[in-house]
Amino acid sequence: MTRDATGNATISRRRILLAAVGMVASVISDLLPRPVDASPREAKKHLAELTGGAPAKKGRVTVTLPKITDQAAWVPITIAVESPMTEDDHVTAVHILAERNTVPQVATYYLGPANGKAEISTRIRVKKSQIIIAAAVMSDGSIFVGKARSKIVSGTGGCG
Amino acid sequence: MPKEPHVRVPKIARKGEVVPIKTKIDHPMETGWRKGKDGTPVPRNRINRFVCAFNGEEVFKSDFDAGVAADPYLAFFVKVEESGAFEFTWVEDEGRTFTRSASILVT
Repeated sequence: MTRDATGNATISRRRILLAAVGMVASVISDLLPRPVDASPREAKKHLAELTGGAPAKKGRVTVTLPKITDQAAWVPITIAVESPMTEDDHVTAVHILAERNTVPQVATYYLGPANGKAEISTRIRVKKSQIIIAAAVMSDGSIFVGKARSKIVSGTGGCG
Repeated sequence: MPKEPHVRVPKIARKGEVVPIKTKIDHPMETGWRKGKDGTPVPRNRINRFVCAFNGEEVFKSDFDAGVAADPYLAFFVKVEESGAFEFTWVEDEGRTFTRSASILVT
């Protein structure tokens, strides 16, 4: 901004043009594709794709998550499936889905009778407060789903 | 470059015992969405596969997606019937693999 002979502030036309160009550039950069969060509906669709659309039953899967945490990039999770883990009756796969992450799939674990016990512990990224779904595929093709909720208290989410 | 992966396997076990196994590998698990200090996106690079084999036979495997935290930690169980060696393999997006083995004595 400059001042003319009478002392009033003036804005040159060049400055206005530059500002306009800057605004347009920032609007365009906002419109460029960026990671969009998934929705619970999308997570359901992903689950159906992973499991082949078989109806999911409740129970047998226990998901343990901290009820409240400020370490969103580092949330410990334990999934335990009630199963004898024998040749005839065992868990073949466990899928973890985070409903409101950028990509709902978190991980898939393939198990078998050699595991003896269907329990997995890991650490996941949780973008914001949401429900985490664990789906266990049994050897007879049935699917059991367990859910747990975790509240993220800090403003910064995990970048997953 | 990640350091050598960490693996914890019991040294001895009884026949038919279900032993806990803990693994961790130091890896940033870049999703490809994060921006670096200079404003350009950090290229995607993450571990996408983990395989655990016992005496050459695959006993546990896993596919990792974006939601797995950096420095992936994983704990699971394996039923051991005989002495032998566990072979752990991590596969990265860029094609590098990291391996680590641990032996167990079954009595």
